[in-house]
Amino acid sequence: MYTQAMDTMGKDRDDVPKAVRSADEVARQAAFDARIDAGDFIEAKDWMPDHYRKTLVRQISQHAHSEIVGMLPEGNWISRAPTLKRKAILLAKVQDEAGHGLYLYAAAETLGTSRDQLFDALHSGKAKYSSIFNYPTLTWADMGTIGWLVDGAAIMNQVPLCRCSYAPYARAMVRICREESFHQRQGFESLLTMMTKGSDAQKAMVQDAVDRWWWPSIMMFGPPDTESPNSEQSMKWGIKRISNDDLRQKFIDATAEQAKILGVTLPDPELRWNEERGHYDFGAIDWKEFWQVVGGEGPCNRERLAARVKAWDDGAWVREAALAHAGKQETLREAA
Amino acid sequence: MSPAVTPGTIPGPAAEPIGKPAKRNEWPLWEVFVRSKAGLDHKHCGSLHAADPQMAIQLARDVYTRRQEGTSIWVIRSDQIVASDPGDKSAYFDPMEDKVYRHPTFYELPKSLDHM
Repeated sequence: MYTQAMDTMGKDRDDVPKAVRSADEVARQAAFDARIDAGDFIEAKDWMPDHYRKTLVRQISQHAHSEIVGMLPEGNWISRAPTLKRKAILLAKVQDEAGHGLYLYAAAETLGTSRDQLFDALHSGKAKYSSIFNYPTLTWADMGTIGWLVDGAAIMNQVPLCRCSYAPYARAMVRICREESFHQRQGFESLLTMMTKGSDAQKAMVQDAVDRWWWPSIMMFGPPDTESPNSEQSMKWGIKRISNDDLRQKFIDATAEQAKILGVTLPDPELRWNEERGHYDFGAIDWKEFWQVVGGEGPCNRERLAARVKAWDDGAWVREAALAHAGKQETLREAA
Repeated sequence: MSPAVTPGTIPGPAAEPIGKPAKRNEWPLWEVFVRSKAGLDHKHCGSLHAADPQMAIQLARDVYTRRQEGTSIWVIRSDQIVASDPGDKSAYFDPMEDKVYRHPTFYELPKSLDHM
């Protein structure tokens, strides 16, 4: 899974670079820029500009929050999976999302922000997560469709991040990308099974799911390049490697062909191959809907955040008990 | 000349006794090392929060070896790791740069001895 991250955060930025800097800072900045230009990796304890650090904390933590909140729409279907096989697959996938969230939180923490601070930002609504998870999962076909489209979009977004200049993030992304391929393949296979062996009702269910998830999926790549104010700096820093629009086009080109194999129609009457461009043309994206969902007014924003906060609050006694137990064991060891 | 060693260079909360959080509710941070198969070294693969050593091992199993990536796990409290200072990198490691005679390829020998 993936988050649109920094591109959507123009309104509440608190990390605008300082205008006045000391000579020492200017020299460090120059050395840092030279390392970035040379394609070097930056490690946790290396000097880095505040703006770079804050941008990364924001991007990595939003990415982590997306993995964690992303468990909710799928968790919804674990107890209702149609077979034991599909249930085991879905459980494994949701467990992966938890793992991906943990790799990413750990990477964000290397920048000097604590896990509790990161959670506070999510739970108070200050931090964002990917808008895609604010849509409901209405039928079983949504599980396959999320795997195919949402995880497919995520992979396309995430692969370039394996070369991110911040090494702890890049290492986490390598691990995540290695595991993510299963997510997309199991989704496509689940849909293909229904489309080739299913009843008419099941085929209609798949088409309905694709109709609902298509547009939100292509919005996952974030706003168009022309309205992506932080992109240029992130590209320069090697935090971002490929532009939103280029990734979106790549995803649409790949997915349009996959839809033919699956036997579903993508809900865009303007979607057609453009020989001259060597790409698929596609219809206008409803950015009003995107900003609405990012701004908290999607179909499930409140429900998702409430479920997440409840899980955290309900688990408080477990966290406290574990610490109390560890403290007791330590006291016993000291006494022995 | 010996550059100073800086303790606690691995990011994490300040050192405190296991299980006795002075002021936080956050579980301490642990670094995880996994041996991928018999005969190989344990390799650092990431970190996680856990209340005590047993829990750290168990969580490391779930977080870092979901696909048979390991046959053995080490965990260590992050604040117990002592690391070299990145600022001392050149003082520490550059002196080896001009000691090419430490490598076998430095020595030119007759062809007949090529496999020595």
